[in-house]
Amino acid sequence: MSGGVLIVGGSVGGIRAARALRNEGYAGAVTVVEAESNLPYDKPPLSKAPLDGDAHVPLLTAEEARELDIELVLGRAAVELRPQDRQVVLGDGVVLDYEELVIATGAAARPAPWSGPGVHVLRTIADARALRESLLGASHLLVVGAGFIGAEVASLARKQGIEVTIVDPAPTPMARVMGDELGQRFSQLHRTHGVDTRFGATVDTLEHVEGGIRAELSDGSSVLVDAVVVGIGAVLNTRWLESSGLALEDGVECDEFGRVAGAEHIFAVGDIARWYQPRQEKAARVEHWTNAVEQANCVARNIFAPDAPVPHDPVAYVWSDQYDWKIQLFGTRDITGTPVVVEQAEPFRLAAIWQDADGRASGGLTVNWPKASVQLRRTIAAGGPADQVHAQIAGTAVRA
Amino acid sequence: MAILKANLELCQGYANCVVAADDVYDMDDDGLVVLLKTRVDESDRQRVETAAKSCPANALWLEDE
Repeated sequence: MSGGVLIVGGSVGGIRAARALRNEGYAGAVTVVEAESNLPYDKPPLSKAPLDGDAHVPLLTAEEARELDIELVLGRAAVELRPQDRQVVLGDGVVLDYEELVIATGAAARPAPWSGPGVHVLRTIADARALRESLLGASHLLVVGAGFIGAEVASLARKQGIEVTIVDPAPTPMARVMGDELGQRFSQLHRTHGVDTRFGATVDTLEHVEGGIRAELSDGSSVLVDAVVVGIGAVLNTRWLESSGLALEDGVECDEFGRVAGAEHIFAVGDIARWYQPRQEKAARVEHWTNAVEQANCVARNIFAPDAPVPHDPVAYVWSDQYDWKIQLFGTRDITGTPVVVEQAEPFRLAAIWQDADGRASGGLTVNWPKASVQLRRTIAAGGPADQVHAQIAGTAVRA
Repeated sequence: MAILKANLELCQGYANCVVAADDVYDMDDDGLVVLLKTRVDESDRQRVETAAKSCPANALWLEDE
């Protein structure tokens, strides 16, 4: 059964690929297989939408799927890929044939080292609903891991008046993506909003006790909380590909057109895809929403018009909402280097610009400054000079 | 001909649209989208629509005239 384009994975990369195929005018069958049984939904709202509402934002409604003639196979996971037969095997033994395959199975939350009621990870709508239910009436939340997910959940919990303790072994939050100096400002951001921050510490033990969950921390202290959210990264959903013969070193390797290396009629998009990026002269994975959308559009085009493939050479872009800060990060940032920072006190906004060895703008961070973000992204995409975009942004700060 | 629409209540200033098609979309000082034109020729529709669909907040769309 099937044929046409088979897309495995129904999150943003997979669904956008299906939609883009129809936009291109592809008339063959389009089938999306997704292990979760929910209708496809968007992931960013799971950690950004207020805790007192539902976080379900649909990527494709049942009606849209009918209109676009996209077949959704939900609640069934792919367990095996047979590239030589152009077949994908599902968990119930059903075999789907394809002409072209798009691998879009993404990643799952890295499992928490602890379990039991009130202990959460956050990657799926089910996770988001369980967390929100757990936080109803909670008075104290422990956040383990101060990356995007942890910081966003901490921010949402504070908005609801919930006490928050945040623990991370790194000396500052998000140091991995912006370095310690800027990370300090994000430590301060948490503290300004009343968060008990424990950076440079880990959770030694965590146990359910009468009255809640008690965590003993490596700094010798302990906290008693009602709920715990663990945001310690993600693991790629590559298991179903293990017998396929595809090279699976940190994801599925692709060329700049999204075609999987060493295979035919197979493409990959999203978190799982390690694309060749001509600007950086290397293959890298980009775990961001915008990149998945752009890759999906690119792959759809290249499936529809394979004789004139178009490349995708991304300037990585990700945003985060934390308290009253709208944070945008882009490009590549050498976190051992020192970015130039433009800052404005009232209203507060900030832009940081990283450059490469040749003085070209390579990466950026902005807080509450969308216009500077646009200028930076354009400059990075064009390989423009860092000092010029710095002067441009600094000029608008003075006038404001 | 199609008409480009924006919901400024939904716009969050992500600016993916501006990066995708800066002759159609711009951004004001508050980080809200500004449509530089709203009437879109059929020949240009796909490009403008792709930019609209790059909006993470679903704040942009095209309607048939």
